[in-house]
Amino acid sequence: MQWEIVIGLEVHAQLSTQSKIFSGASTAYGAPPNSQACVIDLALPGVLPVLNKGAVERAIKFGLSVGAKINSPSIFARKNYFYPDLPKGYQISQFELPVVQGGNIQIQADGEEKNIRLTRAHLEEDAGKSLHEDFHGMSGIDLNRAGTPLLEIVSEPDMRSSAEAVVYAKTLHALVRWIGICDGNMQEGSFRCDANVSVRPCGTEKLGTRCEIKNLNSFRFLEKAIDYEARRQIEILQDGGTIRQETRLYDANKDETRTMRTKEDANDYRYFPDPDLLPLEISANWIDQVQLALPELPQVRRDRYMSEFALSAYDASVLTSSRETADYFESTIKQLPGQAKLCANWIMGEISGQLNKEGLEITACPITPSQLATLLKRISDGTISGKAAKTVFESMWNGELERNVDAIIAAKGLKQISDDSTIEKLVEQVLTANAQQVADYRNGKEKAFNSLVGQIMKATQGKANPAQVNTILKKKLGG
Amino acid sequence: MFNASLKQLAVQLAEKKISSTELTTEFLRRIKQFNPEYNAFITVNEEISLAQAKAADKMIAVGQAGPLTGIPIAQKDIFCAKGWLTTCGSKMLSNFVSPYDAGVIERFNQAGAINIGKTNMDEFAMGSSNETSYFGIVKNPWDVAAVPGGSSGGAACAVAARLTPAATGTDTGGSIRQPAALCGISGIKPTYGLVSRYGMIAFASSLDQGGPMAKSAEDLALLLNVMTGFDLRDSTSLQRDAEDYAQDLQKPLAGLRIGLPKEYFAEGMSQEVARAIEQALVECRKLGAQTIEVSLPNAPLSIPVYYVLAPAEASSNLSRFDGVRYGYRAPAYSDLADMYRKTRTQGFGAEVKRRILIGTYVLSHGYYDAYYIKAQKLRRLIAQDFAEAYERCDIIMGPTTPTVAFNLGEKSGDPIQMYLSDIYTSAANLTGMPAMSIPIGFGDKNRPIGLHIMGNYFKEAQMLNIAHQYQLVTDWHLKSPV
Repeated sequence: MQWEIVIGLEVHAQLSTQSKIFSGASTAYGAPPNSQACVIDLALPGVLPVLNKGAVERAIKFGLSVGAKINSPSIFARKNYFYPDLPKGYQISQFELPVVQGGNIQIQADGEEKNIRLTRAHLEEDAGKSLHEDFHGMSGIDLNRAGTPLLEIVSEPDMRSSAEAVVYAKTLHALVRWIGICDGNMQEGSFRCDANVSVRPCGTEKLGTRCEIKNLNSFRFLEKAIDYEARRQIEILQDGGTIRQETRLYDANKDETRTMRTKEDANDYRYFPDPDLLPLEISANWIDQVQLALPELPQVRRDRYMSEFALSAYDASVLTSSRETADYFESTIKQLPGQAKLCANWIMGEISGQLNKEGLEITACPITPSQLATLLKRISDGTISGKAAKTVFESMWNGELERNVDAIIAAKGLKQISDDSTIEKLVEQVLTANAQQVADYRNGKEKAFNSLVGQIMKATQGKANPAQVNTILKKKLGG
Repeated sequence: MFNASLKQLAVQLAEKKISSTELTTEFLRRIKQFNPEYNAFITVNEEISLAQAKAADKMIAVGQAGPLTGIPIAQKDIFCAKGWLTTCGSKMLSNFVSPYDAGVIERFNQAGAINIGKTNMDEFAMGSSNETSYFGIVKNPWDVAAVPGGSSGGAACAVAARLTPAATGTDTGGSIRQPAALCGISGIKPTYGLVSRYGMIAFASSLDQGGPMAKSAEDLALLLNVMTGFDLRDSTSLQRDAEDYAQDLQKPLAGLRIGLPKEYFAEGMSQEVARAIEQALVECRKLGAQTIEVSLPNAPLSIPVYYVLAPAEASSNLSRFDGVRYGYRAPAYSDLADMYRKTRTQGFGAEVKRRILIGTYVLSHGYYDAYYIKAQKLRRLIAQDFAEAYERCDIIMGPTTPTVAFNLGEKSGDPIQMYLSDIYTSAANLTGMPAMSIPIGFGDKNRPIGLHIMGNYFKEAQMLNIAHQYQLVTDWHLKSPV
């Protein structure tokens, strides 16, 4: 039997606010344990939550950028359960009325555009951390993370392969960074995925029983965990078994998922509206303000690059994979109108290659867009060859001559010979010196032509403009 | 001195007839003398109180005194006060010294008032007799065989016994008004949102409201001026212009329309209470008010609605008392679940556990709609009844409690009977409207009776005006058991 895999993702994106969602304590990562937990985060008797407007603004930003409905009012609810790193004995989350409802995310899957529907996105607070090592049979609790604002983004079960799920997660990851609501740092837990996976026979409509896989903190783990889980479920079904609805944990070391808790021992969270917080009202005016401040979205920019600069869908997608890359491209093209493809090739090629090699973000690129534009200008106006440009680029990357393109060209003597009469003289000299090859060519040996070009380039140490050399050589040989 | 009003004390302090240090010392001495019998205070801290008095004397000396500067106020042990043991009447917090001040405590500190001690209360404010306190029962100073009421029983007892000029209380279903009535003092629960809940240990967040307890309406007005005000640390705090609650005290009552809900004058009210209420209404009419009958058809549902919503919120609010970070932790346990179980089993008393169980039940999957959602709907209907009644009258009056103070132990074995003590008071918490109680006489065994004055949202000044006018022509509020 052929099986279809059905996947929905729940992503927890940590919102990039300075302070926590319900207290004034800092959200900075990596501080000594419990140094960023105030009386509210510690849930001392009598303390109360006050909502951080910045977290709400980021949720609105997200909602607007995926074409979702912004609910007003939305309701904060208490999710009740006991755990040592959950100080209040409940998590403040949203249940029945989330701040963001619906929405869509376009992904590029197998060269095709695919729409992934979003169910909702809601605001909630993070819990603290339990530390089980170094305490001699006891556990330590670090509440620095308690109260950190999260946006939980829930998709519909619209993905059909682990590859699609990864593309969706990457697209979402790029989007939340693009609109500046989340730093996307997966090592620090700023962007965490849970995957709901089920399988069904191809051609059937009814969804299979799903399992939720927790703790997927990299795209690679996401892909591997889904693949493992789908295989596991298919094997059970093929052996005539049934899938038990449960929450499973992915173990990256063993590359397998295993039961964390079954539906039977799931908590009854006893959600109810938090009486300490009023319903969250979001005025149309507030939404308008956020809309105005919203940057041009990646999808829109990608389409614009295709229509305005005649770039391919692939080039446009790569350039809009992050806002910083797109901004770099636009700053460059602004100084080099009409040379979009040249800019794109260099950013996607040399620049991106070097950045990868050195593990740098484009914001840390040693070559500025205007320096790159100057270099590319020297290619397009024929001053240097593309090959010579690579040499110049290397010097620039290494910071030579203050990255002054013309100074580097001069110092390295890379300027092309583009003067017709000079080249004609050179060609005549080479023809005279290589009578045999000239004869070969005239007798139909095409290869001889290339050899003659080589001779000319060699004579000029590669500095002759190859296009001109070709034209002139052809003319002379034909004559 | 012990019977003096706040205004009189302020005058004596201003005229240097007495210093705050002397005043504080006298009340501390009195607490030392009488508290062993009444058990009104859980904690007294002479050192802090006298240091505050010294600072107040300086303020007075340089002419920076406000109406409460240098005057001792007893704080209910539900308000977190920096450096003070803050127990909420529970074993669970029997070792908790607060590292921060509640909004209310801050306001009294800024006003230069003296914290004279932390008063006893029902555990986590759950009770109507002050018998659920881990720190022992409080006695009614009018008759030590009787309960003082609850949950602010320590506060009511302390004011009645003149162990403090005034006190704070909190009121979730009647916890200021019922003990005020049973101890023969005045107390007001303001409109929900006027007094900051920051640092006031939560019982049922949507119902809890702090308020003052004192000898007279005039004193309550001065206390309310200090206690109320916006606090941005409490999201349910109301942002309003400051109001002088004493400004209308002298207004005549001519033309006042007093609504008498027929549901409150039905069976259940004892004869002695009915007689006292009738007498009080006669006085009000003499002062120019007229009485009309109104109806609050859903008000009798207040108790069942209250006993769904309050435990629901409490069950969640009390989850933080888990033995992990502060407070009581069981001395021995085998694992995490056992630590939770033993800590909460040992740390909470029976009534608190009962309410946590009720609350957990009504919020559980499959019961939520039938209990919690239904109760919320009824809550709105009850508020609607009051809104409609206030189209026909300015104020609503009735008994604060159906009977005078009952005997210690009389109802402690019967939770339903105990819950019915709040039959007239809990509606004001469900609607969020202000309500107060003032003494209007005595019943059996010289036990006090209270008049319940209820108003529409933000009608505190008018309610205090009515109470004050009544107290100008009567002397029940001046009577003391000592």
